[in-house]
This record gives sequence, structure tokens and C-alpha cells, in this order.
Amino acid sequence: MALDKNQIAQRIAKEVQNGYYVNLGIGIPTLVANYVRDDIEVEFQSENGVLGMGPFPYDGEEDADIINAGKQTITTLPGASFFDSATSFSMIRGKHVDLTILGAMEVAENGDIANWKIPGKMVKGMGGAMDLVASAENIIVAMMHTNRAGASKLLKRCSLPLTGVGCVKKIVSNLAVLEVTPDGFKLLERAPGVSVEEIQAATEGTLIIDGDVLEMQL
Amino acid sequence: MITKEVAGVDVALEGVTSGMTMMLGGFGLSGIPENAIAKLVELNVDNLTCISNNAGVDDFGLGLLLQKKQVKKMISSYVGENAEFERQMLSGELDVELIPQGTLAERCRAAQAGFPAIYTPAGYGTEVAEGKETREFDGKMYVLEHAFKADFAFVKAWKGDAAGNLIFKGTARNFNPNMCGAATITVAEVEELVPVGELDPNQIHIPGIFVQRIFKGETYEKRIEQRTVRTRD
Repeated sequence: MALDKNQIAQRIAKEVQNGYYVNLGIGIPTLVANYVRDDIEVEFQSENGVLGMGPFPYDGEEDADIINAGKQTITTLPGASFFDSATSFSMIRGKHVDLTILGAMEVAENGDIANWKIPGKMVKGMGGAMDLVASAENIIVAMMHTNRAGASKLLKRCSLPLTGVGCVKKIVSNLAVLEVTPDGFKLLERAPGVSVEEIQAATEGTLIIDGDVLEMQL
Repeated sequence: MITKEVAGVDVALEGVTSGMTMMLGGFGLSGIPENAIAKLVELNVDNLTCISNNAGVDDFGLGLLLQKKQVKKMISSYVGENAEFERQMLSGELDVELIPQGTLAERCRAAQAGFPAIYTPAGYGTEVAEGKETREFDGKMYVLEHAFKADFAFVKAWKGDAAGNLIFKGTARNFNPNMCGAATITVAEVEELVPVGELDPNQIHIPGIFVQRIFKGETYEKRIEQRTVRTRD
């Protein structure tokens, strides 16, 4: 069974280590916060200017002045701080953030990523994604392995305008966990019940299969 | 003390004309200069170049200026959530320059701080860097991005005093402090305008030197774009 969005987030949460400052992108990455173990100390950064993000507010306690990068109302945890946008991106470009988790439309086997524009169809903008991918040393991409038409989103070369070059290190898709290596996508784990053959069929880029590929533990 | 206080939004926007370049603070609909935007709509100035992280929604924020076709060019990092914007952009009616969010902040801050340009790694190898000077430092490639030049900066703070000192609240801070002093005239609007001496100098985020005009906004709708809540167990 391929993973659903929550299960992708659940698997990524296992990559979050004690003491990490983590930037979560919009979409699946936002869900990761729900699955980080209670005994791990972590602070979530949102690029619009908050460190120490907490859960959504209780009904009636929402504040228009306290939102995340997805414009959702949020709360803060003890020890949180607010800051301006230049300071926020100093944290990002200055490599003070330990882990960046973001979504993608396409990833190439050399680590290129595209996630901000479909020419002629959709232009929402890159937001903070270009700053994040250009600077972060530890980037995990959360994505669906294929598009709605079934075509692979893990490619030899991205077809869409790039967000960053050679920057993605790890991918957690609905089918697999993969590492981006100089030789291509190395298959690390399979989603429960998903075969290596299915992953191979869904991957256009070079897939490296080295020995037995274990099923992921959620 | 040098007084920056003006009577209201009418005086605060004196000198605004069509064709000007303006910075507007805010992230989404949080911390936007609501009163200045409403006045710009009323003044009906057009051919504006607007530097703002987002473009509002269809019926609020900068979306109000877009609806009336007052904007010639938008310089933003993210413009989703605005159908009229997307229509004007895809049809070519509106000139749009999309730039990385950190670059937007830093091009404002450079103008504020007197730097002509900055080098950033963001956008290297993408279409954002096309036609721009690039340079290698310690084995990594960077893109030269120029400081913005703007006629007006419209910012919104939580509290301020007649000296122009500003305190922001929560994530409504965002680009507002970076735009202060980054244009020829910075106009700050605040929810509370307190007597001079009432703000603790230790708590001031932006000193009044970066602000030319300050006024108390008449009303604040402070609309929430994505109301997300949890229920008590």
C-alpha cells in the first residue's frame, strides 16, 4: 500500500533529531510536526517570522497577527520568538536551521528540484523555497512519486523551471525513501507492501537498488 | 524630539502620484497597511509598481488595487490565493517579477542600510538569476541582487509614538521593519499611537529615524486568510 500524506509525514518525522531547528514547508511538511516524538526537543521555524511554533489555536483563540507561512493561524510554545523577514532568512541562508522539509513537483537524479511554476498554467511564486534549497545542507523532500496521470516525478532531468540545483539529499514519497547520490536515486526503503518493481516502474530517473530493500517502519 | 505624527491617512499619503514605486509591508494579510491601501484605492493613482511579498486576496489587501487595475508591476515572492492577479498575470496585463522571499527582504534591507546590492545564493542556476551577475565565493555560487529604490514605503506596526518609534506584534512584523527607511518617505500606520515617553526604549523594534510620517489607522479589519483551529478534547 502506498503511503497517504499523513504517513509520509509520519515517516519524515523519524528523521527529526533532538536539538534540531526545523523549517517546514507548506502542505505535507506541515503535518510532520504532528508525528515528532514527545521526548525529542525540536523548534519549528516558519519563514514569515516565528521560531517555536505550536499547534493550531483553540476555537475562538485565533489571532490574525500570529500565522505560519501557509497563512494558517497558529500558537507559540514557551521559548518562542518573533522576528522580521530579513532575520528569518538570515537563519535560513546562514545555515542556522538544521533541517528543511519541503514539497516538490519534480526532483531530478542530480538533486535539482522544481516546485514553483508551471509555465502558462500556474504561477504562484517561489516564496522562500529558493532561499531554503540554496542554503540548507539537510533537505528532505516530501512528495508523491507520480502525478495524477501516473507519470514519474522523480526524473533524469527536471522539465519545469528549477527552484534550486543539486540540492536535494533525501526524498520520502508515497512509495519509498530514496537518497540522492552522484549515481542517481538510491532506494533505501519501500512503503509497506510496495515492491521494488513498482518503485522502479514509477521512477524515470536512475534507480539504484543495492541488495535487499527493507520495508519502512512507521 | 522630532515629531513625525500626522493627522491621518490623508496627510500621510500627500505626494503620492501615479507611476510611483512603493513598498508595502505584510505577509499574506497579516501586518498589511490597511488604511494606506484603502487610501490608495480612493486616490485612484495608477501605473504603480508595488514591492510586496504577496498580492492580497481578491477583495482585500493589495487585491483591491489590482481589481481597479492601479498596479502596473508587482514585485513579489508568492502570489497564490488571488484569482484576479493570476488572470492579469497570465494574460500579460500585469507585469510580474517573482523573486525569492529572502531576496525580497534583503533588497529592502539593503536600501535601508545603504548597500547598493547584495550577493545571495538564492536562485542561482534558476531563471531568477538569468541576466544577473554571478560570482563564486569559497566554492559556492551567488547572485548579485540590487537594493530596491522606492518612493514610498507603507508599513504597519502595532504601537508607535509621535517620534516614529515602532513596536510590532507577532508575525505581523514580517517585512515591515525591513521596509522602514528603505524608501524616500516611510509612512507608518499603527493600531495604537501613544504619547512620547510611554514606550520603553528597550522594547522598540524600529527607531523613529527610519520613519517620516506616522498616524493611527482609523480601523483594522485584520482579516484571517486561513482560519485553522483545534477543538478542546
